[in-house]
Amino acid sequence: MQDLLNLFIKSIFVENVVFAFFLGMCSYLAVSKKINTAFGLGLAVIFVMVLTTPLNYFILTYMLKDGALAWIHPSLATVDLTFLAFILFISTIAGAVQLVEMIVEKSLPALYAALGIFLPLITVNCAILGTSLFMQEREYNFAETAVFSFGAGIGFFLAIVLLAAIRERLRYSNIPAPLQGLGIAMIITALMGMAFLSFSGIKL
Amino acid sequence: MSTEDTPAADLVKEKKREAIFSKKNIQTLRDPLDDTNPITVQVLGICSALAVTVQVMPALIMSLGVIFVIAFSNLIISLLRHTIPNRIRIIVQLIVVALLVTLVDQFLKAFMFDVSKKLSVFVGLIITNCIVMGRLEAFALSQKPWPAFLDGIGNGVGYGLILIVVAIFREFFGAGAILGYQIVPQAAYDMGYVNNGLMVLPPAALFVIGIYIWWQRSRNKKLVNVS
Repeated sequence: MQDLLNLFIKSIFVENVVFAFFLGMCSYLAVSKKINTAFGLGLAVIFVMVLTTPLNYFILTYMLKDGALAWIHPSLATVDLTFLAFILFISTIAGAVQLVEMIVEKSLPALYAALGIFLPLITVNCAILGTSLFMQEREYNFAETAVFSFGAGIGFFLAIVLLAAIRERLRYSNIPAPLQGLGIAMIITALMGMAFLSFSGIKL
Repeated sequence: MSTEDTPAADLVKEKKREAIFSKKNIQTLRDPLDDTNPITVQVLGICSALAVTVQVMPALIMSLGVIFVIAFSNLIISLLRHTIPNRIRIIVQLIVVALLVTLVDQFLKAFMFDVSKKLSVFVGLIITNCIVMGRLEAFALSQKPWPAFLDGIGNGVGYGLILIVVAIFREFFGAGAILGYQIVPQAAYDMGYVNNGLMVLPPAALFVIGIYIWWQRSRNKKLVNVS
């Protein structure tokens, strides 16, 4: 239990997907001009991440890993399909996002109005695929996968809302013209990353 | 015909079957290096780029991988552009890209295992590298195969350029070396020179890119306020 809590804190603060691994940077920089939209995208990312990473975990464990196909027939126990991981992971994510979009549109129009435009964007958000790939690389079990994906989603949410809040304020400050926009956003992200570094070493 | 605003000279050239390295194609190849650089101007593909720039070697391999993937996915999608239904184009694009990335990954695992370990998940993340998808959407879906191929090479090189500049800075100041060869002499360390530990940490990459953007935009005024 404590391990899981540790992993949760670690994935939000210490190994924040944005500040430590630069995942999801494109949408992070593009959609952080206003707090409202940043909030919507952040929520959508948490949602999709918690949905797709465990899904990919099952695909990995029961279809791709070395010997994972043994449950179909013992003769398949020597098959190793790990090299198909990229194609299956991204298809799962694209398919899940499409499905979620349709379900949300039909049943929860209010939520769709808030998240709708971000859902297609999320398919190609590196943070989502990155979480699945980290799950594979670090060989998490199911409980760890669930906790890790939730933590990573919250980490992204936190990062994008913080940056949006800072950028709203920045509009009133006097920045050299060539540094405005992208340049200053990069440098602020770096400063935020340094602040997040101070969380390293925290253990419960 | 939608050529009413094309200059007459271009029109003649179009009719004559374009030369392989016509002026327009050269421009397609060269623009992404500076004026429309994918990282610093189009704000694409920052995601996976920065984490691999602690040393020059992984940055170099990563750039080669990305150049390969962009160029060939652009080419393939451009060849298929009349047959892909518009509604499912994203999935088709993802599958083509994922296929090419799988090739790169298997190649690295087979021939350069330690680099492949260092790049870890970031090879896989080329799939969701926004440059690839962005160029497919913006260019390859509407252009002929050869210009699309060149556009892919150009954007890949533009991306690699930034990666390598950042990596050189970070490896030099962070470890006193470039490509693993010690540049800062031992004598300097003996006199009290210390490597800058910050350069090895993730935020340094953002500082270097931020400053690069500043430098690029103060040199090239027309890029100010693009985003």
